[in-house]
Amino acid sequence: MASQLVSATVNGDAVQFACPTDESLLNVLRDNLGLTGAKEGCGTGDCGACSVTLDGRLVCSCLVLGVEAEGREITTIEGMSDGQNLHPLQQQFIDNAALQCGICTPGFLVAAKALLDRNVNPTEEEIRYALAGNLCRCTGYDKIVRAVQAAAKDLQKANKKR
Amino acid sequence: MKHDQSYVETDFKVIGTRVPRPDGVDKVTGRAKYGADAYAPGQLVGLVLRSPHAHARIKSINTSKAEKVPGVKAVLTSEDLPDLTGGRDLDTLENCMARDRVLYDGHAVAAVAAIDRASAKQALKLIKVSYEKLPHVTDVDEALREDAPVVQPRHAKEGQPANQTARMEFGHGDVDEGLKEADVVVEKSYKTGQTHQGYIEPHACLASVSPDGSGELWVTTQGHFTYRNVCAGLLGMDIAKLKVTSSEIGGGFGGKTHVWIEPLALALSRKANRPVKMVMSREEVFKASGPTCSSSMDVRIGARKDGTITSARIECRYNAGAFPGMWGMLGGMTAWACYDLPNCKSIGIDVVTNRPKVAAYRAPSAPMMAFGVESTLDILAAELDMDPVQLRLKNVAREGTRASYGPTYGPIGIEPTLEAVRDHPHLKAKLKKNQGRGMACGFWFNIGGQTCVDLNIGVDGTVSLSQGTVDVGGARASMGLIAAEELGIPYDQVKTNVADTASLGHTDTTEGSRGTFSSGMATIFAAREAIEVLKERAAKMMDVPVDDIVWENGEARAVGDEHSNLPPLSLKAIAAKSPQTGGPIAGHNEVTADGAGVSFASHIVDVEVDPETGATKILRYTVVQDAGKAIHPDYVEGQMQGAAAQGIGWALNEEYIYGDDGLLQNAGFLDYRIPVCSDLPMLDAHILEIPNPNHPYGIRGVGETSIVPPLAAIGNAVSNAVGVRMDATPMSPPRILAALDAESA
Repeated sequence: MASQLVSATVNGDAVQFACPTDESLLNVLRDNLGLTGAKEGCGTGDCGACSVTLDGRLVCSCLVLGVEAEGREITTIEGMSDGQNLHPLQQQFIDNAALQCGICTPGFLVAAKALLDRNVNPTEEEIRYALAGNLCRCTGYDKIVRAVQAAAKDLQKANKKR
Repeated sequence: MKHDQSYVETDFKVIGTRVPRPDGVDKVTGRAKYGADAYAPGQLVGLVLRSPHAHARIKSINTSKAEKVPGVKAVLTSEDLPDLTGGRDLDTLENCMARDRVLYDGHAVAAVAAIDRASAKQALKLIKVSYEKLPHVTDVDEALREDAPVVQPRHAKEGQPANQTARMEFGHGDVDEGLKEADVVVEKSYKTGQTHQGYIEPHACLASVSPDGSGELWVTTQGHFTYRNVCAGLLGMDIAKLKVTSSEIGGGFGGKTHVWIEPLALALSRKANRPVKMVMSREEVFKASGPTCSSSMDVRIGARKDGTITSARIECRYNAGAFPGMWGMLGGMTAWACYDLPNCKSIGIDVVTNRPKVAAYRAPSAPMMAFGVESTLDILAAELDMDPVQLRLKNVAREGTRASYGPTYGPIGIEPTLEAVRDHPHLKAKLKKNQGRGMACGFWFNIGGQTCVDLNIGVDGTVSLSQGTVDVGGARASMGLIAAEELGIPYDQVKTNVADTASLGHTDTTEGSRGTFSSGMATIFAAREAIEVLKERAAKMMDVPVDDIVWENGEARAVGDEHSNLPPLSLKAIAAKSPQTGGPIAGHNEVTADGAGVSFASHIVDVEVDPETGATKILRYTVVQDAGKAIHPDYVEGQMQGAAAQGIGWALNEEYIYGDDGLLQNAGFLDYRIPVCSDLPMLDAHILEIPNPNHPYGIRGVGETSIVPPLAAIGNAVSNAVGVRMDATPMSPPRILAALDAESA
């Protein structure tokens, strides 16, 4: 299949890549751009391990075509920390032991950030439903929910200081 | 043994603290490299052609057209994989690639390696396989019938059903005699559906074989040394010439203890003379890796009016899939392990069928028998008008009890977990309409086995710890804590790594909850070896006899009045001088860790069942488990919570669904639904610490036990909520509605 040249912004950087028109954004990120933080757990949009944001909207990158990224802004897990400073979610995932094997972690972090970006004070139920598209098989979700709750508090405090 | 592995009560300084894991930052930033995250220059894409039939004879395979597809570098069939093991590992080889027959939907038939996915896919389409369909059987009880199709003629034995490959019996006393003493007898049959471990990371590897016969394999696995030995054996390679590196592992739960695509990737690489990367799709994971058994069982328990059990018998038939396993044996050993019984018997039967070859799944075989035993105990408690917890306490196993599977117990935790459940506020909380509460107990052996650890002290005094045990969920943090504790240094002075097979001696697979128990022991011993070297060096630096040196709080100190003017030397100070005092300072240990501590758990669960839809909601869940010693309590709780969540999925939703055609109908996460975040409440994890006498720190394994009680605990809770006894998993909405309809009819 013929490849198409695509220009997009990934984690703030202008990038160009050539990809066949049937290639998923997930494969482009991983195989063309070397961004392997997004994982393929199912390839059918059921597990959320490949979560990224596309123009700020949470998507499963396995369900987006690479060519659809033309002219758009993509943020992956690799773009989440501010230089060496971890995002509060990343720090709280470590502090709360919210990861065991860690394969689902990038997807959870991207999805949780998408939630906190629009609602910095979610209830437990809101957190659970916002993360219902991300599968974790290790933790039983308990420590993940607690980590998101703790990060929300951190963000609320940071917002007050501003 | 050079080192003493007995438990010594210790006032721990860093053990038991909740420190950050060394691989944490890598895992929250996307840096961590898993099975599919490795790339090699010139790598090819490897794909597998799989059987569309449940059971068929392969009449012919024609690969000539596939080989001509531009970009295809190698095509592999069973002809490329002769049995080099003298039949010893033929089952493994045949499961990796079918020989004369395909034995299940998804069984590998051929494989290709090509320069890209599109070429590889095109080649798969052009491989011509001519099949002669054969009758198939996927249900365990049907497979035992006389007229059942024979799945494995070479494993069939005279005088028993052709598909029965093993029958194991455990117990003591006389169950028939015991029945005569019983005032009440309960008999009930149960079934459990087949479930998958459901790790989120599919099997993935990158193989590279050189023309000189050496090879490298990067792979997601629970045991890279085992993978090395098995792959080398199947492919006729020298063990020392195959270097296997374990990637970060995205979940395994037993499913990454066997090889599947890995020998194919190595064989393709050898044939193509290029690196080959293979990654299973999720559909392939469901169809062609190793789920756990479905089962069918009959239970009979007799008791006196006061609740004393006089006779206990269970027979459980395990569906092993296409190849024989040891599932009946494992299940049979666990069935009555929680109880002190004068007359008990458990029979575990392995049955082969046209389903994928079963692999271990967290406390393999135990949850099924626990479903039967613990459900029947609740029926018995109701008939005796006795509290279910009291009934269990009345018959509970203690130190000195002869276990149903043979040994006599040392100090064990089943009674304390039951007492904790009895006294827990959860057990007294009020329930509303359509809600029910259940509890159940569970047991798992845990294992030890072969382990190596290397501990190297740098000139700056930092410690590099290399373990051979794959870290499935926090082991590096635990080993770092143990090394820091022994050496008397801060945790962040230690960095733990998982070494590849070329860098360390053979270490058994991370299974049987052995990781922290056995690697912890090896780490303690390696640190003690290093301390001996540190003491020698300190003696040299202080110019005193080594016998006058003691190691305390991370320092070497000379004892005795004559040395009172000598200041102690820190680990850092000794390390800094090591180039001058004799060279690098290291400790290492190779051990076969015996004496794994048996583990028990008791769970309580509240559910609400919607009588209109049959849907069950978990309202509250409490896990009580004996850890022996919790090295890193966060990750111990995490094991308990994760195991409970898997058990919840098994109890309520998860099941392989086969059609009459023998094909799997739900090979994806949409239709095989594992619990999501909104399905669950917080999972309350309560750790007990009854030290294992055979480990210096008292460690037992913690990874598996808590998947054992949930099926029965939830079964008891749902039965109490709807007033009808549930006797099969999953207790999915249609099954609950059917049970309600049957009751009202």
